[in-house]
Amino acid sequence: MRPTIEFLDERTLERILSEAIDILCKIGVEIHNKPVLEMLADHGADIRLDNYRATFTEDIINKALTLAPSSFKLYDSLGNEAVDLSEENVNFTPGSAAINVLDYESDKIRKPTTADYIRYAKLMTRLDHIASQSTAFIPADVEAKISDSYRLFLSLLYCRKPVVTGAFTIEAFEIMKNLQLAVRGSEKELKAKPLTIFSCCPTSPVKWSDVTSQNVVDCARYGIPVEYIAMPLAGFMSPVTLIGTLVQHTAETLSGLAISQLTNPGTSVLYGGSPAIFDVRYETTPMGAIETQMLDCAYNEIGKYLDLPTQAYIGLSDAKLLDAQAGLETGIGATLAALSGINNISGPGMLDFESCISLEKLVLDNQICGMTKRLIKGMEPKEDFPMIERMEELLHEQHLLISDHTMKYLNEEHFMPSQTIDRANRARYEEEGGLTLKQRAHKEAEEYLAEYEKPGLSEDVVKELIRLMEEEAKKYGMDKLPDREE
Amino acid sequence: MEIFNQIAESLQKGDHEKVAILTRKALDDKIAVQQILDDGLIAGMNVVGEDFKHHRIFLPSVLLAARAMYAGMDLLKPLMIKEDVRTIGKVVIGTIKGDLHDIGKNLVGIMLKGAGFEVIDLGNDVPPEKFVQTAKDDNADAIGLSALLTTTMTGMKDVIDLMKSEDIYGKVKVIIGGAPVSREFAEQIGADFYAFDGMNAVETLKAYVKDR
Ligand code: B1M
Repeated sequence: MRPTIEFLDERTLERILSEAIDILCKIGVEIHNKPVLEMLADHGADIRLDNYRATFTEDIINKALTLAPSSFKLYDSLGNEAVDLSEENVNFTPGSAAINVLDYESDKIRKPTTADYIRYAKLMTRLDHIASQSTAFIPADVEAKISDSYRLFLSLLYCRKPVVTGAFTIEAFEIMKNLQLAVRGSEKELKAKPLTIFSCCPTSPVKWSDVTSQNVVDCARYGIPVEYIAMPLAGFMSPVTLIGTLVQHTAETLSGLAISQLTNPGTSVLYGGSPAIFDVRYETTPMGAIETQMLDCAYNEIGKYLDLPTQAYIGLSDAKLLDAQAGLETGIGATLAALSGINNISGPGMLDFESCISLEKLVLDNQICGMTKRLIKGMEPKEDFPMIERMEELLHEQHLLISDHTMKYLNEEHFMPSQTIDRANRARYEEEGGLTLKQRAHKEAEEYLAEYEKPGLSEDVVKELIRLMEEEAKKYGMDKLPDREE
Repeated sequence: MEIFNQIAESLQKGDHEKVAILTRKALDDKIAVQQILDDGLIAGMNVVGEDFKHHRIFLPSVLLAARAMYAGMDLLKPLMIKEDVRTIGKVVIGTIKGDLHDIGKNLVGIMLKGAGFEVIDLGNDVPPEKFVQTAKDDNADAIGLSALLTTTMTGMKDVIDLMKSEDIYGKVKVIIGGAPVSREFAEQIGADFYAFDGMNAVETLKAYVKDR
């Protein structure tokens, strides 16, 4: 049986939905994008161009819900199926768009470089429990205006896994789409085999900026999947109660769904988000707070109820170092998320309110992901009944270490963590250097990096990616991209 | 004077009605506007700031106190112009062009106002020209810049460059904040101050206007 967890009973869930629809149909949504407003008007929304407001109809929402697919898949850069976002499948992806990296040597944050990004992308090729990569942080050694597309470029160059990403401006979408076309060869192929997911954020309360709503539209046009990242902050930009915040999150997310589906019926989307409580002592948005995690799991239930694939920013921490707080917040979050059956879980590697990536944490979190995936496999009898025969075997042999039953089920039943997870007895632990968690994770990372293999893109594709990126850089006054090690 | 303590205490409790009544009473008693402001309202807010810093109270209590402060200020304002009483300072704030994050900036604005500053909030996605023009037109003491994206933080320097060419750099101070920026970055681009949160922004600008 697969273990699960639930936070909402059906009555509460339906009430949340009807309250959200009420907000959309009575108060409406502020959308700072005239073409989007006009499109909504064409479908019956009441719009006002002077204050950018669109009041929805239930019909629009129902249409969007009917049109949105209940699942989709992502394919790696070679076209192989890599991530299945359907039913209760659980997949992990690193937290994305961090501002800093945590330096291994100094334990201090610093602005990331191209070299850091390449290390990250190479590492991702070997973290087996994390199905996709994300554009995890922003290299600071290129012109700021290309830094969002540049990280996608590096990701595609060094790692085959599909990419969870996003644009910071309307303009950046073009190059980020073209890089994908270079990999896939044609628009048709890209539509058939999505390579990326774009995060697009409404602004709480119930508002879309021109940039993010345009990103939603542009993605829909090219069949690039979108995840809506509404971030109501309980007690500040949304009601202090978790249920109240869920109502607002639902309204914000449904408004995005409508924009996507009316632009391109049937385009793939994830019912996502990053709601959080607001910490009134520190003026922060704690992602590791238990209430934040409860919000994530609960809106996932709403997404599932609407028959949509889901995403959440959960399984990350607000700690500043790879310490016990980092482990506990990430572990609790990843566990709850997996039990909830969230399809794409964005979090591994992330610290400090989504602002800092640690490669060592990423290595550790890969283990957490592996454990939670084992957890949700649950348990079921595997030639266990009747037990008499096995008991007799045990009594006769004195152990079951080489029993056929053991050989058959060992790997399935027991998750085998990497050496980052310490399971040695103390004497052996000391003999092996008495390494700290951080040191063990670093060692594991170094081993993977030493064994790195290129993703296997054709020479032509690599050349085209480089040409596109260099051309983009030139547009913003950069004659040369930073050197890349091979 | 007893009335100042009463104003300060009511303000700390967030009792805006009482603060308004007491401020009115002080005015009726012909107490100088400057004194009501400094020894009543601002003195009360100073205690609130300290309490917040030491986790004795949380943000909502600070904002309630700030609301009470405005209740008193609303009564003082018309007289302040007449008696030429200055607020402790005037700050133009906004989020850098291209950046839509405004939660932190809004909070900084609320807290500066609560501490007695006059705040002109230009919103988000603000071009450099607007910061500089408003600071000039309104004779501001400082420009407060917020950026949350690595792609927009560089826009802070554009504001400073424009301040230089418009000859207000140095006269009008610059305070910056937001997740990607730091004290070092502030130094690098020539910003006068960096603040890591709302209360820190208040303390920093208060220290500046006091020393001025
Ligand atoms: C004047 O003097 C001063 C003095 C002090 C000042 C100051 C000015 N300004 C701030 N301070 C200081 O005092 C404030 C009060 O304590 C503090 O302000 P803060 O703003 O830090 O604190 C607030 C009280 C609470 N914190 C926040 O409000 C920011 C939290 C995080 C999670 C965040 C949020 C909430 C949002 N976001 Co965005 N967001 C993130 C943020 C992660 C982070 N760690 O910062 C960050 C900044 N966002 C990011 C991104 C990528 C984006 N976001 C976007 C959108 C959004 C939301 C709409 C969902 C929402 C903003 C809502 C709003 N109205 O502002 C998009 C922005 C588009 C654009 N062009 O602007 C989008 C581009 C995503 C997308 N693809 O659509 C990342 C930046 C990446 C980078 N390297 O630059 C990010 C680090 C999260 C992440 N990892 O993805 C201090 O910094």
